Amino acid sequence: MAEVKTILEVEDLCVAYGKVEALHHASIKVGEGQIVTVIGPNGAGKTTMLCSIMGLLPHTGGAIRFLGQELGDAEVEQMVALGINLVPESRALFGEMSVGDNLLLGAFMRHRAGHRDHEQTMEEVFRIFPRLKERREQHAGTLSGGERQMLALARALMAKPKLLLLDEPSLGLAPLIVREIFRVIADLKKSGVSILLVEQNARAALQVADYAYVLETGEIALEGASDQLIDDPKVVESYLGLGGKH
Amino acid sequence: MDLQIALLLGQDGITNGAIYALLSLALVLVFAVTRVIFIPQGEFVAFGALTLASFQAGKTPGTLWLLIGAGVVVALVDVTLALRSGMPKRILRIVGWNLVYPAVAAAVVFLLKPSEFPLLAQIVLALALVVPLGPMIYRLAFQPLAEASVLVLLIVAVAVHLALVGLGLLFFGAEGSRTPAFSDASFNLGPVTVSGQTLWVVGASLLLIVVLFAFFERTIYGKALRATAMNRTGARLMGISTVMAGKLSFLLAALIGAFSGILIAPITTVYYDTGFLIGLKGFVGAIVGGLASYPIAAAGAVLVGLLESFSSFWASAFKEVIVFTLIIPVLVWRSLTTRHVEEDE
Ligand SMILES: Nc1ncnc2c1ncn2[C@@H]1O[C@H](COP(=O)(O)OP(=O)(O)O)[C@@H](O)[C@H]1O
Ligand SMILES: [Mg+2]
Repeated sequence: MAEVKTILEVEDLCVAYGKVEALHHASIKVGEGQIVTVIGPNGAGKTTMLCSIMGLLPHTGGAIRFLGQELGDAEVEQMVALGINLVPESRALFGEMSVGDNLLLGAFMRHRAGHRDHEQTMEEVFRIFPRLKERREQHAGTLSGGERQMLALARALMAKPKLLLLDEPSLGLAPLIVREIFRVIADLKKSGVSILLVEQNARAALQVADYAYVLETGEIALEGASDQLIDDPKVVESYLGLGGKH
Repeated sequence: MDLQIALLLGQDGITNGAIYALLSLALVLVFAVTRVIFIPQGEFVAFGALTLASFQAGKTPGTLWLLIGAGVVVALVDVTLALRSGMPKRILRIVGWNLVYPAVAAAVVFLLKPSEFPLLAQIVLALALVVPLGPMIYRLAFQPLAEASVLVLLIVAVAVHLALVGLGLLFFGAEGSRTPAFSDASFNLGPVTVSGQTLWVVGASLLLIVVLFAFFERTIYGKALRATAMNRTGARLMGISTVMAGKLSFLLAALIGAFSGILIAPITTVYYDTGFLIGLKGFVGAIVGGLASYPIAAAGAVLVGLLESFSSFWASAFKEVIVFTLIIPVLVWRSLTTRHVEEDE
């Protein structure tokens, strides 16, 4: 990925919960307009990495650079203002608010910055997720699991992000919905959004990504172009399995 | 008790209940957004009433000094932090709100004669002095503790309450004040006479409730506050800063408190420490609503007003006892009926 410009560079990142270090000197790069995935088992530190990049967790060492600029201990709000959006594992929807209001709040930072184009953005988002348009007035808390994930993704898109951080978007979803979500992720790449995708569903992630890292117990164990990793014997054995769970 | 007395007591109860309802809404709002149980709510009631009374008496209200002092401290803290974190662009805003604004307020108070202003202008000026204290108090006392437990926040709230009561005594003295009624009109509705001030209180409270409702339902900032109350992390990920939400909720609470004080100042004599009891009754209403539901809190607060007014007739010595004893059955009932909901995270 030498020829593409780097949008996000994480170098030697260390993050600890109290004394327990959850991430040791992890380094990753996301090229502009690419999908980069971090796969790994439960508890490997994937969520920790995304939260730390987003400014939700302080890091104890290393550096995070966005478009070449070091971020230091930036607050979440500053990251959003820079054009980075996280769709967290928990989805973090506003359950007692309508789908429409959830989406509107996705554009909060743009609104603060003086942009008044949220209605147009919402129409674009509805074109990607027509199901959400039908449910516009419904409370987010009453949606099905798949719809909730779509709303979480749609809400992040309302901010018109440059870099999208996705934490296990396939978690707990039926295979058909997973396929739909990954189709959307692939489409987003075509529209120019850079994506850092964290997944346990290695097969689906490797199929959609350009480049991949394998995270194990807080360390990067393996990295490479996705089409190479997908044939790597170690990856096949540990994460793809023969007719395994995916 | 005959019908006439009952209607009179009912009128009293609803008037007070309207005020308690406003305060209970402010308490629910502040708790939902910041998890602070806002004990100093009552001091804003007293400050609002006494600041207005000071203008009318031709005196300089002490709240002006508090505004200037708090502004200087906030400016010192925030400018230092802005310089240290390399964000000098913020300084203009900080200086504007915390130094220039109080200076302008002081200029208005000293150069023009507020005692000769029409009532409406006096009210606006009193609000302009008292309301900014809300976000300033949030900045100094609560923002550094955003991650603290509810108990720690409560202890700080009690400390702020005690400090403000002390300052109230210093600024306004021990004697109370009463302001002239907004209107001297009175209306005969069947067997009862309704005073103009009662209509003002109930009408203005209802209007404020409608405006607040519209703010929360129709504006993006109102929705942002509700979002913060529902899911703090989710809100932050939208770029809704916890600090902004906290300041905004304290601003609204201060506005509601000071406005309530101005509404009741013509009905009761307000002392520097009157606000606490009034705020506490709003708190009973808020507890009825479980510190979570606005409509139930407001209804509970009106009930408190009615209960207080009728118990003052039957057993006036025990009126406060009766009102505060109401909390116990409510808490028992709530603990029996509410299922504990797991956190969403
Ligand atoms: N809030 C927390 N406090 C303490 N330890 C945590 C916390 N969150 C996660 N951890 C630990 O950090 C490690 C990485 O967790 P996480 O980043 O959630 O993994 P993943 O997302 O890959 O499943 C795990 O060992 C987990 O137990
Ligand atoms: Mg995780």
